[in-house]
Amino acid sequence: MDLSSREFWALVHGVVLGGTYLLAFSGGLSGFYSLRSGLLTEAAITRGVRRLKVGTVAMAVLTWLTVIVGTWLVYPWYRAKTPSSPRSPLLASPSTKDWHEFAMEWKEHVGWLSPMLATAAAFIVVYYGADLTRSPLVRRIATGLFVGAFASAVVAGLLGALITKKAPIT
Amino acid sequence: MEGAAPIQDNPSARPRATLARQARPNGPVAAALLATCVGALALAILVVASEASEAFGVSLTYFERVGPLGGKAIWAVVAFFGSWLVLAAALRKRDVNLGTIAVIACVLIALGWIGTFAPFFQLFATK
Repeated sequence: MDLSSREFWALVHGVVLGGTYLLAFSGGLSGFYSLRSGLLTEAAITRGVRRLKVGTVAMAVLTWLTVIVGTWLVYPWYRAKTPSSPRSPLLASPSTKDWHEFAMEWKEHVGWLSPMLATAAAFIVVYYGADLTRSPLVRRIATGLFVGAFASAVVAGLLGALITKKAPIT
Repeated sequence: MEGAAPIQDNPSARPRATLARQARPNGPVAAALLATCVGALALAILVVASEASEAFGVSLTYFERVGPLGGKAIWAVVAFFGSWLVLAAALRKRDVNLGTIAVIACVLIALGWIGTFAPFFQLFATK
């Protein structure tokens, strides 16, 4: 029961970094939602905003690490021009070539939208802070960016998981 | 209840309505939002252009092992942070019509999404 170096980094990319980001999303969304209430006390706002700042910044960092590790470390193993690379057998058969031509081609590009959206959302939370409770439009914009980042990451993550199931990096 | 101690006012328990004050200028929010649009659109344009022109795709290949994806990602990130710097400097003390900018941003980010959707950019493929 051991992992090769390539399997280890694929795991870091898809599960440790990407998986943690996806799992943290519901907590972040709940943080944005909790700022809607007009009945929050000063202490509750302070605590909620502090948590949201830490959470959104951490998630933005996670998305950058995920795409950087994915693009510069894991992807070269996937696309290597050798018969044993995952891309080669996928492209060799008409019944599997869409896993590369549709799934991988979409995944490798849409994933890069996620860190930009997540960074903008985190910046708005850090910059506006407690003022988010008084500015519904700014809060909606930050939430929209946060959800957009998640949607991009979900597409990339889901396709990545399916491709790995079909042609794993070993 | 004569003689009972008066209830102390706990500032941390005050409703937020009592804390009303002027919000920060929204220019930096607009700058972050518009920079995201620039980054997303830059990525989409690079993806479509490298699909339409093999030579352009090759010119983005700075790292042989990564292929053109490396160049597309690098230039999209440069466009994102570069435009953010410029916009942040221009808008940092200003209040802008954030509602209109948000609507425009929705459209531009959606275009960025469409541009990175494989069946769309493969329409421009030359091979």
